[in-house]
This record gives sequence, C-alpha cells and structure tokens, in this order.
Amino acid sequence: MAETLSKQEAKHVAELAKIRFTDAELDVIVGQLGNILTLVDTLNEVDTTDVVPTYSVTENVNMFRDDVADNWNQKTDLLNNAPQQQDDMIKVPAILDGGDN
Amino acid sequence: MGNFLTTIGLEIHVEMKTNSKLLSPSPVNFGDSPNANTNVIDWGYPGVLPRVNKGAIEFGMKAALALNAEITRDIRWDRKNYIYPDNPKSYQTTQQATPLGQHGYVEFEMEDGTTKRVGIRELHVEEDAGKNTHGGDGYSYVDLNRQGTPLLEIVTEPDIESPEVASAFLEKLRQIIQFTGISDVKMQEGSLRVDANISLRPAGSDEFGTRVEMKNLNSFSYLRTALAYEQKRQSQEIIAGNQIQQQTRRYDEPTKSTILMRTKEQADDYRYFPEPDLPPMHIDQTWVDEVAATLPESADSRLKRYVGEFELGAKEAGVLVQTLEMANFYDATVAAGADAKKAANYLIGDVNSYLNDTQKDLQDTLLTPENLAGMINLIEDGTISSKQAKKVFEAITEGKEPKAYVEENGLVQESRVEVLQPVIASIVDANEQSVADFKAGKDRAVGFLVGQIMKQTHGNANPNVVNQILLDELNSR
Repeated sequence: MAETLSKQEAKHVAELAKIRFTDAELDVIVGQLGNILTLVDTLNEVDTTDVVPTYSVTENVNMFRDDVADNWNQKTDLLNNAPQQQDDMIKVPAILDGGDN
Repeated sequence: MGNFLTTIGLEIHVEMKTNSKLLSPSPVNFGDSPNANTNVIDWGYPGVLPRVNKGAIEFGMKAALALNAEITRDIRWDRKNYIYPDNPKSYQTTQQATPLGQHGYVEFEMEDGTTKRVGIRELHVEEDAGKNTHGGDGYSYVDLNRQGTPLLEIVTEPDIESPEVASAFLEKLRQIIQFTGISDVKMQEGSLRVDANISLRPAGSDEFGTRVEMKNLNSFSYLRTALAYEQKRQSQEIIAGNQIQQQTRRYDEPTKSTILMRTKEQADDYRYFPEPDLPPMHIDQTWVDEVAATLPESADSRLKRYVGEFELGAKEAGVLVQTLEMANFYDATVAAGADAKKAANYLIGDVNSYLNDTQKDLQDTLLTPENLAGMINLIEDGTISSKQAKKVFEAITEGKEPKAYVEENGLVQESRVEVLQPVIASIVDANEQSVADFKAGKDRAVGFLVGQIMKQTHGNANPNVVNQILLDELNSR
C-alpha cells in the first residue's frame, strides 16, 4: 500500500530545504508529494530479492583526474551571476544559525 | 573524576595539501584573493563534470596506512545534504557508507611513561566548505576558495578517558599525519580542526552517559580546558540529580567555560544518498603497495634510528622529530656528510633559536642542509674555530655557501706553528712584565698575552695551538 506523507513530515522536509509554506500551501504540497510517493511506490511491486544494489548506472570504476591544479579563471563571470557581490565575495542575507561543518 | 568515568571521542578534520581540489582542478591555496580559486564545479553549477582527484585518494590511503587502518576496497561516494551558503551545491560529497579506512589505532606514551592506545573507528575523504564572514550589516560574505578542498575526517572510538589523554592522543595523531606529508596539520591555520564528544557515567556502570558535543576546539589548550570544564559541569549536574541533555556546546575562551549552542531534539537529518555523478572506486592490493612505498619514514622509526644509529639522547631525538621539516633537514645534513651529533646540536641549539628569534618555519628560511653540513665540517677539520662559526652561521642563514664565505672574509683559522711562532715570540718580547708575572705564578698573565696574540692575528689564530706555543715560549724564558 502506498505510504502517504503526513503534514508534519512535509513541514520537516520544507524546513530542511529552507522553504517556507503557509498552512494552505502545505495542504497542497502534502497532496502533491503524496501522489509522487504513491507513484514511486509502484517500484516496490518489483521483487528485488538477490538483486545487487546499483549505485552507478555506468560500468565505470576509478575515473580519476591527476592532482594537477588548473585555474579556469571564472571568478568574474561567476560573481556576476551571483545575486549580489562585494569585494569579490558573494553577498548573502545574514546567516544566523550555526550551519554545519 | 571522583566517582565518575569519563568517555571522550574525537572527530578530527585534516585539510590535505593537494595541488587541486577533490572534484575540480581549481588550485588549493591558502590566502589568495576571495573566490580566485573557484570554477563552475566548485559553485555547483548544473551540468558540470566533477572528477575525483587521484592524489586526494592516495593521501587518504597514506593516512589510513599510517593509522594502522584497514583500507576499504570498494568505495562509493555519498551526498550529505544540507543547505547553507558556504556550500552552493547544498550537499557535501563524502564517504558515509564506505569510509576509506576502518579499524585503525594510534599508540602513544603519556608523560608518566604509560602507553595508551586509542582506536580509530574510521577515516574518510570528503570536501571542505567555503568560508562565511558575517558582516554585521545584515549580510554575510562568502568566499568559496576553500570549497572542495580535500578533507580527511578521522573518527576515534570512545576510548579516551581524560582531557590529558585526549591532548596527548591529538599530539601523536598530528605528528603521525604530519610525517605522512599529506597536511601541514596546523590548528592555528585551520588545517587541523577538532570536535569532541564527552559523557560521564558512574563508576561501575556499563552504560554510557548522554554525550555532549563540542565543536571547533582550535588549540590543544582549548581542547584540554573545554573537556575539563565539561567533566566538572556534567558531574555537578548528575550529583544535583539533573539529566544531562544531548546538546552541542562551544568553548568560550574568555570565561574558560563551555556555552550551549543548541539542544538536539532529534537526530541530524542529512538525507544521505549515493552520489550518482561519481563512479565507484576500487582499491586493489597493487595500488595499496604502490602508495605504501611512497610513505615517508614515520617519526617513531626516525626516533629509534637517531637513538640507535646516531647515539643521540631520547630527548634530543624527540626535538628533531617534532616537525617533518626538522627531521628531513637533519637527515639531509647527515647525508651531506656532517657528524650526526654535531648536526643534532646545531639544529636543536643555533637553528632552533634562529627560528624562534625570527618566528620562521625552517622551510621558509635560506638555510640548507648542505650549507649547515659544510659549516660543521669546516669546524671539524680545524679550518674555522667555533667562535668564527658564529659568523659563518649568520652567513648561512643568509643563504651563503660557508666555504666561499670563509675564504672571502679571511676567516680561515691559523694553525700553522711556523706562522704563529714568530708572532707569539715578538709579543712575549714586548711584554717583559707579563713574563715576570708568569714566573711569579700569576696565571692572569697568560690570558693577557693570549688576548694580545688574538688581537694581532685578528682573532684567526687557533686557540689551542696558541696556548701550546705560548706556554713553551714562557717556560723557555
């Protein structure tokens, strides 16, 4: 049976994604995401016993690059794409929480 | 700690000094202008083609070998999802499910001579994030130069019983990693960062207490002080009948205490999932052997060699292995032909004082092992006196070649009897009073005459030869 999303779960996911929804919007989201989950849930009908998990869709292994520095000099273009910049830095709304790492 | 047992685990991040980043070829370089070392991959643009830096994996393998860990043979990458401006990709590429190394350990000696062993649960390669500066003007400013720099995260087992052991362990770990050559491991520059978790339980209890995490303990003394403060705080809470809450605290240096950052009501939710953009890796034994062959000699092995082969004292040898640069410099000086004991004395004495006075690291000076060995050999073969060596040492700190400097400045020590004899004879002739004093048993007279001779020879006369000739001369009068 399809597992639908609770409003609480939807709210939690929205918080993790830093998206704010009104209560009414959240009701819509719960319905929409629930439908998506139901659709994805059809995959559970396939018997995957003894199937080796796939982590990569190509057969490639050990696709490395040698440790050689190459500066593509894209700073100006990248900063010009940022919403705001100052002194070569990206200017963002003040960060108040602790973040990570 | 009274009737409580302390359990400490550490999580250490080491910034690796590769040439390029983990997933992009942007240069890894500290101190460049903001965002100069970034490209579309570092900024997480759609459609880019990240590719893993082989050097970063090999650096990780070196650390795994040095920490006695088993290397995981099949590794895939995972995404740790979090949204924060220091990482525009909104996820960190890491090795959550298949860490590069597992089940390692570090053995080290405490000051009282007891041996401790701390288990390494796992170590893995991941990316560092960029740097935020908080403006105080309602904005934060982001520099992504550090974004994507290869990091090594090392997680210990909760094997550490006290702040002192934690600190001694970290010292040893820093030395081990430094001697692999993969990182500068400098806490003050952020290339070594430490988080700790600590819990207390009543003696006799098997069940661990609730742990408190502490982030960014950025010096050895912060680590010790913060852990000691937590030991005390938690034991007082428990004695007062309170529950220890699972929380994250930070160390506050001015008050030498820890301050609550946040309480954890639920587990972190990073929604890890396998990274679809990077193919898996396979590490075979041949590759492990190749990397092991490039691993520099460890500090422990050098220490044994210095004491065993070069007959240095354990304390002296210990000073020489404090940094990789010093140990490499020492080995090269001996290889360049210097006497092992004399080379050790010069490095521990004059060279170390020079580094302290100038606040420089050895690799940032103009000193070379060849020039130091050259100077030591000039003293050994009697070309210069140890007094003259002071001037020559100054010259080699300026990058000068000792032999050429000695010749240019006429510093060559005069030891030839046929040259010194007439000079000494004429000085004795000119100082009849001193001769009389000497005969009367006044040794002071000899000192005076030696001073006159050194003056006449511009300080270049070999003091031993001078003494011998002078005494013969005086006794013959």
